[in-house]
Amino acid sequence: MPQEENNIIEMHGITKRFPGVLANENIDFCVNCGEIHALLGENGAGKSTLMNILSGLYKPDEGEIFVKGKRIQIGSPRHAIEAGIGMVHQHFRLVENFSVAENITLGMSTPRFGLDMTAIEDEVSDLSKKYGLQLDPQAQIWQLSVGEQQRVEIVKMLYRGADVLILDEPTAVLTPQEARELFDTLDRMKATGRSIIFITHKLDEVMHVADRVTVLRGGRVAATVNKEDVTSRELASLMVGKEHSTVLPDKDTLQSEPVLTLSDVTAYGDRGTIALDGVSLQVRAGEILGIAGVAGNGQRELTETITGLRRIHSGTISLHGQDISNKTPLEIIDSGVSYVPEDRYGTGMAPNLSIVDNIILKSYRTRVMSKGPFIDYDAAKRQAKELVERFQVKTAGIHSEARLLSGGNAQKLLLGREISSDPKLLVAAYPTRGLDIGAAEAIRSILINQRNQGVAILLISEDLDELIRLSDRIAIMFAGKIMGTLNRDEWSIEHIGLLMAGVLDVQDEEALT
Amino acid sequence: MKHETTVTDESAQRPQGRKWRIRVERRLSAPAWWNVLVPVVSVALALLFGAIFLKMSGYSPVKVYTIMFKDTFGTRYGITETLVKATPLLLSAVGVSIAFRMQLWNIGAEGQIYVGALAASWVALTFTNLPAYIMIPAMMIAAAFAGGLWAFLGSAPRAIWGVNEIITTLMLNYIAIFCVEYFVYGPWRDPSSFLFPLSPVFPKTAWLPCFGRTRIHLGLIFGIVSALAVGLLLSKTKWGYEIRVIGENPDAARYSGMDISRNIILVMLLSGAISGIAGMCEVSGIIHRLQAQVSAGYGYTAIIIAWLAKLHPIGIIIVSLLFGGLLVAGYSVQIYGIPADIATMLQGSLLFFVLGVEALARYRIRIIRSSPEPVQAQHTADDVAREIT
Ligand SMILES: Nc1ncnc2c1ncn2[C@@H]1O[C@H](COP(=O)(O)OP(=O)(O)O)[C@@H](O)[C@H]1O
Ligand SMILES: [Mg+2]
Repeated sequence: MPQEENNIIEMHGITKRFPGVLANENIDFCVNCGEIHALLGENGAGKSTLMNILSGLYKPDEGEIFVKGKRIQIGSPRHAIEAGIGMVHQHFRLVENFSVAENITLGMSTPRFGLDMTAIEDEVSDLSKKYGLQLDPQAQIWQLSVGEQQRVEIVKMLYRGADVLILDEPTAVLTPQEARELFDTLDRMKATGRSIIFITHKLDEVMHVADRVTVLRGGRVAATVNKEDVTSRELASLMVGKEHSTVLPDKDTLQSEPVLTLSDVTAYGDRGTIALDGVSLQVRAGEILGIAGVAGNGQRELTETITGLRRIHSGTISLHGQDISNKTPLEIIDSGVSYVPEDRYGTGMAPNLSIVDNIILKSYRTRVMSKGPFIDYDAAKRQAKELVERFQVKTAGIHSEARLLSGGNAQKLLLGREISSDPKLLVAAYPTRGLDIGAAEAIRSILINQRNQGVAILLISEDLDELIRLSDRIAIMFAGKIMGTLNRDEWSIEHIGLLMAGVLDVQDEEALT
Repeated sequence: MKHETTVTDESAQRPQGRKWRIRVERRLSAPAWWNVLVPVVSVALALLFGAIFLKMSGYSPVKVYTIMFKDTFGTRYGITETLVKATPLLLSAVGVSIAFRMQLWNIGAEGQIYVGALAASWVALTFTNLPAYIMIPAMMIAAAFAGGLWAFLGSAPRAIWGVNEIITTLMLNYIAIFCVEYFVYGPWRDPSSFLFPLSPVFPKTAWLPCFGRTRIHLGLIFGIVSALAVGLLLSKTKWGYEIRVIGENPDAARYSGMDISRNIILVMLLSGAISGIAGMCEVSGIIHRLQAQVSAGYGYTAIIIAWLAKLHPIGIIIVSLLFGGLLVAGYSVQIYGIPADIATMLQGSLLFFVLGVEALARYRIRIIRSSPEPVQAQHTADDVAREIT
């Protein structure tokens, strides 16, 4: 039964199961006319699934949907758009070699033939101007940036007459500037009486644009609230189910012994240019050394040289005083170095193999995991189960393929695997990139835990807040050089930011202040 | 529910003006019975395709298929010959499958069969006095070694310089065939062969034992054992694990410290060794001498078999038997003036249809009834534009 006059969308008791996963469980969700309604939740909370149901991509197992007070069944995206619901997906559905205007009319049933392209182009540019969505209707999709492609998707839905526009994590692909423009557009659309459902896992965006918020957690509704009535802290705890606190316990690591030492290391990048230019640094036992810097300033090459995946040209890398420069990856693994690579699916895992097979990626040679030439799959299964339990990895089972894991769960497993060998040094490249708050926090607390147990950690991240929270010291990289290394009591965001931009080195900056 | 309005295809009656529409969607997951249906449908389509072809060439498809089936599975000769033909197919398919597992496109099984046969013949013709229990293992070792060496030659450029192994292994096929020809036309030609390109007959000790009075020889057991052993190797051993990881994601393999170049060479050695043994089985089990033609393209057919079986060892055994039968059927229709190439054509269309049906099976076709006028208010672009202003 529809409950309220003002609700343009009402979803009641929606349940959707996938093999092994209850993606949506008895969800009630309402959207008012002319509001921006944020759908907030961690990755895997079921946001996309719920909206895919509303936009006709999935059929719910249970539950009913009312649009403008009428109960309807939405069998396909076309039905959804006929009912005035349009969705812009996380992955765009555009034809690369067609123009913007062609993509916008593509798949519409009327008129089939004799499209008047100029008239359509005019309409498209009118529409885009009215909403501040800059677009050239004649441009081909492949010529457009991701942000522009998103605008095409939005205009496409407006053109087809969407009263309710669903945007699935639209800001994930945008620059901050583009995101601000998008928020303006959303406000304008709201002003014309349209409703917008805005999926995100970023709190600041919710606080910025939303009128109301529905928080999903583990496939259920945790709460629906007016934005005015909540703080972002409250939203965060609704989202993850508990307030999280990862504060770095103070610990004097300056005196502990150095584990990893790089002196004057030079290495070339893939294109033969200098990628590491005389890098010297030290990571001590029980400390996290953060590497700050804009990606592409030598961070990848730094991790690769340390782990033996890239040769160094000059200088030395040593571990506990032993020279490990240009040793093979296997020798370096055996000397106690673990590595969480930047590209977790592409490098850190074999996505088409099972979770069990991925867990033993490094330990299959050890005596624990093998009997003669055979792998001891009983031991492997035991360890896989243990890691899945210990790090609360959500899976359909340890024999399912690793590619089915969500980003956060994959990363928890990967990190779990890397620390299960009791490493002396852990190299972690962008370990929380792309993860939702809950998973990122889990990863961070594992890292802190390892630090407290005396592991030396080299942490590379683009997230300055994260580095400042986790690091005992921060080294800043720019153009293959270390611009400076700062202790907890010396650093400030401004200081680090300047060094990251390569503007000044420490002395110059001090001279200025 | 007073306002219930259905906009889906599920409505009971068909209001006027509704049209049928066909829509193609990607399947999220395939049901288990699909694994049975796909091969059955593809075989049926391949047979249908062959039937059209036969009809156009003026033969009666029903008659030809009946003959093929009867002569292959309906007679003792047909069944035993099927097993005889399946033997080299099975061995070389197992050989190529292990290389394919690592995404090494070894298409050199044909050449590896030839050099295997050559090396085994060398042992048999040189050390004529060896007792059978030394002779046979010695021939096998020589054949495995030669096949392995041949595959190594094909893969070393890949392991060292990254040269595409498809080209190198293919070229080596021709070299192997020419080598065999050189020996049977030259130094090893049997003086009593009336100038035919044949070596002398091997001593009896170099003949693989047969089962009863059939032509089925020990090679069949080698084939089955090698299929099972490779299955075990891949699923249970450390080396097999490395092969699977490298095949799935070489970057992850490098990251975890595996030596990829070493594995390329080892896997190619094993792959070539098994095909080499296939060549030894042909000369030692069937022809009992070396001749210019050792293999009727078995090394190429093996590629199709491995692929159809999705590299699965048990699947390879089954598909090898099927293809062995197809070869026998091809020979049997010749008696009626139908070219044996019908078998080759059926093999090709089998591969085509299996790959095709499998690709299609990833999608599903839905027929939906749609109404031209939507039940919900439909906005046109004009409406939108009006609202904005
Ligand atoms: N097509 C699918 N098949 C199987 N499982 C799926 C599918 N889509 C989503 N899931 C699972 O459902 C859960 C919710 O996913 P999703 O709705 O994508 O979450 P969100 O968008 O909030 O990140 C996840 O555990 C995910 O793995
Ligand atoms: Mg999502």
